[in-house]
Amino acid sequence: MHADENTVRPHYREFANWLGETSAARLERKRHEADLAFHRVGITFTVYGEKSGTERLIPFDVVPRVIPAGEWSMLERGLRQRVQTLNAFLKDVYGEQRILKSGLIPPDLVLGNTQYRKEMCGIKLPEDIYSHISGVDVVRAGDGDYYVLEDNLRVPSGVSYMLENRKMMMRLFPELFARQAIAPVDDYPDALLDTLHSVAPAGIEKPTVALLTPGAYNSAYYEHAFLAQQMGVELVEGQDLTVVDDTVYMRTTRGLKRIHVIYRRVDDDFLDPEVFRKDSMLGVPGLMRAYRAGRVNLANAIGTGVADDKSIYPYVPEMVRFYLDESPILHNVPTYRLRNADDLKYTLEHLPELVVKETQGAGGYGMLVGPASTKAQIEEFRARILANPAGYIAQPTLALSTCPTFVESGLAPRHIDLRPYVLAGKEVRIVPGGLTRVALTAGSLVVNSSQGGGTKDTWILEAD
Amino acid sequence: MLCRTASELLWMARHIERVDNAARLIDYAHHVALLPERSGKNRVLAQSWSGALQALGVEQSFLDKYRNLDEKSFLQYLIFDQANPASIWSCLYAARESGRAQRGAISADMYQDINSSWLRVRDMDWDGLNAEGLPQFLDWVKRRAAAFRGITLGTLVRDDAYVFLQIGTFIERADYTLRLLDMYFGETGTQPSAEADSVAEYYRLSALLQAISAFETYRKIYRDTVSPARVAEMLVLRSDVPRSLAACTTAIYKSVEGLAHGKAPELVRQCGALASELRYGDMESLLASGTSSFLKSVMSRLHAISDGITEHFIEPTDIVAS
Repeated sequence: MHADENTVRPHYREFANWLGETSAARLERKRHEADLAFHRVGITFTVYGEKSGTERLIPFDVVPRVIPAGEWSMLERGLRQRVQTLNAFLKDVYGEQRILKSGLIPPDLVLGNTQYRKEMCGIKLPEDIYSHISGVDVVRAGDGDYYVLEDNLRVPSGVSYMLENRKMMMRLFPELFARQAIAPVDDYPDALLDTLHSVAPAGIEKPTVALLTPGAYNSAYYEHAFLAQQMGVELVEGQDLTVVDDTVYMRTTRGLKRIHVIYRRVDDDFLDPEVFRKDSMLGVPGLMRAYRAGRVNLANAIGTGVADDKSIYPYVPEMVRFYLDESPILHNVPTYRLRNADDLKYTLEHLPELVVKETQGAGGYGMLVGPASTKAQIEEFRARILANPAGYIAQPTLALSTCPTFVESGLAPRHIDLRPYVLAGKEVRIVPGGLTRVALTAGSLVVNSSQGGGTKDTWILEAD
Repeated sequence: MLCRTASELLWMARHIERVDNAARLIDYAHHVALLPERSGKNRVLAQSWSGALQALGVEQSFLDKYRNLDEKSFLQYLIFDQANPASIWSCLYAARESGRAQRGAISADMYQDINSSWLRVRDMDWDGLNAEGLPQFLDWVKRRAAAFRGITLGTLVRDDAYVFLQIGTFIERADYTLRLLDMYFGETGTQPSAEADSVAEYYRLSALLQAISAFETYRKIYRDTVSPARVAEMLVLRSDVPRSLAACTTAIYKSVEGLAHGKAPELVRQCGALASELRYGDMESLLASGTSSFLKSVMSRLHAISDGITEHFIEPTDIVAS
């Protein structure tokens, strides 16, 4: 929000003025109102590792994160470019494998990756799209440039918070929306449904879409139910579906009804016990047969995890040049690949300054944030790295953007990141907004909700 | 609509209805406790407690858990006991979990309503109950159940979700009225007598009426003293009394007929036959072979209908819809 201690960045000026006119007591009351409303509406998530069924609110901060129009349009072009590239990469590695033959990426990194699904080879997908919904995590660094932290192409979650946070802000502070033009986000469910319709199997005029959830005890169940309702599609579990003659049906009170597109929020491993994990109760036996036969489409495709794996991440800028012949608009965070001896040596010598991540980790689990760790934690992590160097990457900590945030002691700067959602079908669409996550502990860089992070509304201004 | 959704909604409605019934039974027992001693209070009080447990079908499981049937154990068991599937806590929990799982199939207002009811009961305990007062709490529970029905009526599109909620409500309600009738008249063997022959009997009868919130209705319809025969008639035949067997079975028939769309003819026939017998019958011939056997026969036909609904709509054999 601030350029330096005494100047407010121009796009925050309106908000800062408003904040100056608003009493602390009123803000406190509004924060309380927001908590109550989130509880009543039931916008909760479940925390893994706690007693099953424990529902918590993600802390919501009433200070929005504001992005000026110019910055957003650059970001948008960058996201579009990145997602197009990653889709081209997925089509390639499950098809011709040109990028492997060119020597740009070591083949074993792709073909030997646990997220690489050889079952996907030789399948032609509608519009050649693999990642229909991508959640690309970006941060704005001290230099004003945006860096991609990771590309989430499997089952990215959190978009319901983008929508609910906006609804909450409009309800709490309607006067703020009259003061400046903030781009609306509420057409996301429509855009998502359009995207899913556009990738139905060929020749289907009015495709039936369903959202496949692992069930009411999944951490993101609220979001699954919310999106299904907003799109007006059935929310199904594996037990509701059956495959007859390579065709997927859902069991309804009027008999079996065919499904053409499944927006699945179940991981690859659990989708079809005939092909993947045999013990999965969440999937649908025969789903892969129907998929291979082109009788149903899945969003996202199976096997997209190979493109958002942290060991592949360092190659994305090269991929942009390779597939699109363009120079990358968004930066990568410089990354040390610990499978390389030099990078390993450097990392081990600089652990207290670096962030080290498991290549296949997600959700902020299994990472070391050097500057925020104790000696003992660092030594413990060193041993884990040495046991399997190829399983890790390391990155310098960036001077991340901060945004004023309500904490116990009042307003204080806290680190934030941003997850915009990119929809890819017949066309690529990005709703102007995203999920801003905020680290609630002073100095912390970890924003994941599973690690106690909070969220903010994200405002894209329609003018600079 | 998904079969699983239909099943969850049906049970959601049953649980809401059950919460309402439990609150009414507890409320009545509490009223009896306030009566003067000479009216045979202690006997009636114990009867109203065990009667409530019987009507909710949990008398045995209560006795397995508590040695004595006293007010505190009675209230603990029926309000807070998480192991008692008929407690207000359990029924609201189950209804809210169904609502949460099926929030896409119901209106947002309905989910928010059941969720806020649940959040309050979740945070309620024995001390909280005493601080608030039992009658106030029970009034609140009844209002919550009524609010949920009203919000359903006012916000839910009339699709199959609505129909399954209706079916659940009326099956549970018919079941409850049957249990109450059985509790009061099942033992008499013959037909209910024309006049209440003691003060205690008068209290038992008014209990029955209050437990289905039909005391004022009775006065309005009959403009006469409370008599066992008239109470029985009202609860069986009067289709204008919302909790009578005639009213419930007629509602079930209409819902099932609409759902069937010309299919499941045998199920529709069963529903229609039961509804019209109860609606157009007369007490003398209905009770010809004894009150108890009449009530048992209605109960078993109701169960057959409930099974038929499951077989046709909730667990049907896999046939591709045309």
